[in-house]
Amino acid sequence: MRIDIADRDRAFRDEVRAFIRERLPQDVRDKVRDGSLLTRDDVVDWMRAVSERGWMCPNWPETAGGPGWTPSQRFIFEEESYLACAPAPVPFGPQMVGPVLLAFGTEEQKARHLPGILSSGTIWCQGYSEPNSGSDLASLGCRAVRDGDHYIVNGRKIWTTNADWADWCFALVRTDNSGKKQDGISVLLIDMSLPGVTVRPIERFSRMSDFNEVIFEDVRVPVSERVYDEGKGWTCAKYLLGHERSGTAGVGLCRQRLDRLEEIDDGRDPEFSRRIAETGAALEDLRWSFLRMVAAKEADDEIGPEASLLKIRGTEIQQDVMELLMEAQGYFAHPFIERALAQGWNEPPVGPSEAAGATAFYFDWRKASIYGGSNEIQRNIIAKAVLGL
Amino acid sequence: MDFDYSEDQQLLHESVQRFVRENYSFEARRQLVATEQGWSDAHWAQFAELGWLGIPFPEEHGGLGMSGVETMVVMEAIGNGLVAEPYLSTVVMGGGAVAAAGSDEQKAEILPAVAEGKCKLAFAFAERQARYNLQDVEMRAEAANGGYRLSGMKSVVFGAPTADRFVVSARTAGGSRDADGITLFLVDKEAAGLSVRGYPTADGLRAGELTLDGTPGDVLGEVDGGLPAVEEVVDRAIAAVSAEAVGLMGTLNDMTLEYLKTREQFGQPIGRFQVLQHRMVDMFIAHEEAKSMAMMAAMRIDEEDADARKKAMSAAKVQIGKSARFVGQQSIQLHGGIGMTDEYAAGHYFKRLTMIDRSFGDNDYHLRRYAAL
Repeated sequence: MRIDIADRDRAFRDEVRAFIRERLPQDVRDKVRDGSLLTRDDVVDWMRAVSERGWMCPNWPETAGGPGWTPSQRFIFEEESYLACAPAPVPFGPQMVGPVLLAFGTEEQKARHLPGILSSGTIWCQGYSEPNSGSDLASLGCRAVRDGDHYIVNGRKIWTTNADWADWCFALVRTDNSGKKQDGISVLLIDMSLPGVTVRPIERFSRMSDFNEVIFEDVRVPVSERVYDEGKGWTCAKYLLGHERSGTAGVGLCRQRLDRLEEIDDGRDPEFSRRIAETGAALEDLRWSFLRMVAAKEADDEIGPEASLLKIRGTEIQQDVMELLMEAQGYFAHPFIERALAQGWNEPPVGPSEAAGATAFYFDWRKASIYGGSNEIQRNIIAKAVLGL
Repeated sequence: MDFDYSEDQQLLHESVQRFVRENYSFEARRQLVATEQGWSDAHWAQFAELGWLGIPFPEEHGGLGMSGVETMVVMEAIGNGLVAEPYLSTVVMGGGAVAAAGSDEQKAEILPAVAEGKCKLAFAFAERQARYNLQDVEMRAEAANGGYRLSGMKSVVFGAPTADRFVVSARTAGGSRDADGITLFLVDKEAAGLSVRGYPTADGLRAGELTLDGTPGDVLGEVDGGLPAVEEVVDRAIAAVSAEAVGLMGTLNDMTLEYLKTREQFGQPIGRFQVLQHRMVDMFIAHEEAKSMAMMAAMRIDEEDADARKKAMSAAKVQIGKSARFVGQQSIQLHGGIGMTDEYAAGHYFKRLTMIDRSFGDNDYHLRRYAAL
């Protein structure tokens, strides 16, 4: 057991910093720093710049187009991206669809879809939750009925992040409901431009909208877009859970926001400084937990229930950071000029430049302990898988 | 970065764990801490024989020249078994002070004796009015006849009743809270004017109050410039008790989980109740978080940049304190009435965890230090 920052890692960090400095537009950087809303172009242009450098899919094998990074390089890249206020990429293609196709897809499917993910030419969303299947995901009912070379898909997906930006959807559908609910689920790759696909934005009370309802009405999806065997979709979904490693539990995001908080904090309220320190110490722990549980492991090791632990603590700390950033604004937490968060607003801000975004983010980040398997579901997973309760 | 034990670390781990398994049943421990001395000379001799008493010291002074990670391995086992021998006070703190501040001559005289088990040390740094402030020192040292004479009091000196020599912080210049003007001294237990009032602590260990009245002491390190060494030693103690707390929480969580699986109420094991499952998961998370920080502390304690080291140790101590309090309190809660009894181990683990939280700066202290650095 030892700590050593290899020279290679130091040089790599410099390389990442130089790349971001060179390619990230100042206005996008400022928006991320102040918590303003990003447009699809802000995010996708950045993703394409990263793709051009060959860095879009760090957790793919080198033979499939990954950069061949060590786990610590992957961590450094994500941390530096956040610290430099680069937009977070839409994760569904590079982090979810890609690894599933690499594990379960046919050669033809890989040839069809992986290049677009690597180049950020296609943006993906993930069709998991449904109005009546939230925490109990396996009860999902979106139907896919075989009709010759196609499936006819009918049903609704909800809370679908980035569906309004996406070209394709990676969806869990029900192809059979005669047996156990986990059986009879299949994975379909659905072209969002097909007739019968409707995307309706769902407004959140935070007034930040990037999730949607996706409605499928008699959508004809070619059978060639089914991943793995019919009825074995749950295996793919579980594989994703066990291999979801590229997220850093928000360490970089929190560090970036805490750096901002420390800039803002004038030290006149020692109690507040103390709470920033408390959150900083908790984040330091999260960072080391992440390094220990994920980054120090080999690329193909399965990440076990540690992923649940990191999700719980990561989102709790993220929420604490968002709350502190809002509290730091004092009365300036109140003004809410919706257009101030959007593209093209160039009037002077009311109060500090980050004030409007801070409040919106506080409200919006309540989602973090709900999405991706609520924190209560994560506790159920640990209770069962680790503690044997 | 490597989080796996090296081969040598693995062997050390197995050896200390075996010692705990074979010698520290809860009943044996209970009897041991009830004796006058509160710990066992035979165990101490075994520690010496196995080389554990020289782990952090340089090889030329009879030590094994190992890093903070090996100290962590030993301290975690000490926590697992609620081990009562004065390893922290002698090896980590007293020995740490001599290694940090001593002249070559002093190191050559003392460290091999510590490693051989012939000399026990205690580090006397705390004073009644100082709370956790390391530079609040009222103990005076006056130059006299080419040496120094110390007068004043030191409080809650861990391992004091059985120490052969003390490392004492005293003021040689400046006001009682100044950073400058603090000097470390070596004081022999037989020295004139020294009295030690020993007592048991809440966790079953031993400590004492020291009164010095014109007591002769040998300068250890730089005159007037002793504070950095005091801070370093206390940081080493933080890294060590972080690992000890991880061991304590590990055993306590195992015990509690076992209880949830076997205790039946309402016709089923109480571990079937989701409210208790989630509580247990949060205790598991608290332990894992403490582990991350104990490892971080072990890997960074030898860092040369003192401010970076201090900030890291403060972050570790804050998390250890939070985790220890939660795991300790909830393990008693989940055990119900049996958890409140003296004959059940959980309460004793809880007491040691709580006293660790009361040592070397509590959360308020370390959050302030973390924010200031």
